[in-house]
Amino acid sequence: MTGPQAAEPPESRPSGGNRQPEEAQWFDDEAGPMVRLFAMTRGRTRPVVDGFFDLISLIALKDPAERDGQLPTPVLDPEHHAIIDLCRSGPLAVAEIGSYTDLPVSVVRVLLGDLHDADLIDVTRPVPLAELPDERLLREVINGLRAL
Amino acid sequence: MDSAHSDAASVHGQRSGIRGGPAVALKILVAGGFGAGKTTLVGAVSEIRPLRTEERLSELGRPLDDTAGVETKRTTTVAMDFGRIDLRPGLALYLFGTPGQDRFWFVWDELALGALGALVLADTRRLADCFPSVDFFEQRGIPFVVAVNCFEGTEVFAVEDVRGALDLDPGVPVVLCDARSREDGKGLLVRLVEHAAERRAARRG
Repeated sequence: MTGPQAAEPPESRPSGGNRQPEEAQWFDDEAGPMVRLFAMTRGRTRPVVDGFFDLISLIALKDPAERDGQLPTPVLDPEHHAIIDLCRSGPLAVAEIGSYTDLPVSVVRVLLGDLHDADLIDVTRPVPLAELPDERLLREVINGLRAL
Repeated sequence: MDSAHSDAASVHGQRSGIRGGPAVALKILVAGGFGAGKTTLVGAVSEIRPLRTEERLSELGRPLDDTAGVETKRTTTVAMDFGRIDLRPGLALYLFGTPGQDRFWFVWDELALGALGALVLADTRRLADCFPSVDFFEQRGIPFVVAVNCFEGTEVFAVEDVRGALDLDPGVPVVLCDARSREDGKGLLVRLVEHAAERRAARRG
């Protein structure tokens, strides 16, 4: 898998792969260490289960006591640790993790897949709309909005 | 800012929601042409955050993304806005501002999956810009409300004029609004969820 092309404006974090030498001038000491995005994911572009990490799937840290003891201690990258740190104060949606880490959602999904494989996170997928407890939930949303 | 307070309070509430029972996250899309006020509206009702996604061009086959001669360009970055509204502990509403450029339509399919509904922001100076959004939601049967953003200095169109120009089904609500107003934004969301509930009830009954 090739790295992503830099389509962002120069002021954005230059962690996307940049192929043209003339674009390398964005980088300076303050940019910190740089890794191509898909090097972080070792070239993987898809999570294990497609659709598992919806943009609004909620990610919560697993209680260490409940973790599968049979699994080996995982080797985690700094990005994995960043996600774990973010979720310490409470569950976050996949989209929020992407925003806070400034990583594209596609990369976040792969990293979350690793954390899930290591049994470190719980994932709550959004309720499929066909199964929603219709009126009651919708009324709750309406009342909640009115009360804002 | 009161949204910051509610954010902090609900983070804890949500955790107990997840640990103690099901936590529910819902999404609503905010669509419309470029410059119609999507970002403004999301920001008016929630704390806004930027979000990036990388998409593989090779899977898209969109005519505008002709990759001939740029063999190295396999992915593209799509930027969008999103916001979160905490309705109660364990119940959060996420707003996603759909990418404005037409060539990013493919992102919409994923965004639209499981969406409660959509707000289509219309700018009366460029009403045609929201045709694609209206078509998109009509085709997928996703409930939507057309919000006519009344920019300063623009003539306030009659709701029926907009309905006629967009050739909307009679049931689709059309609401005049100021996208900068938090109250208007809340009102739009309420109207949308009411509309979704009505449609659900109608389909069921």
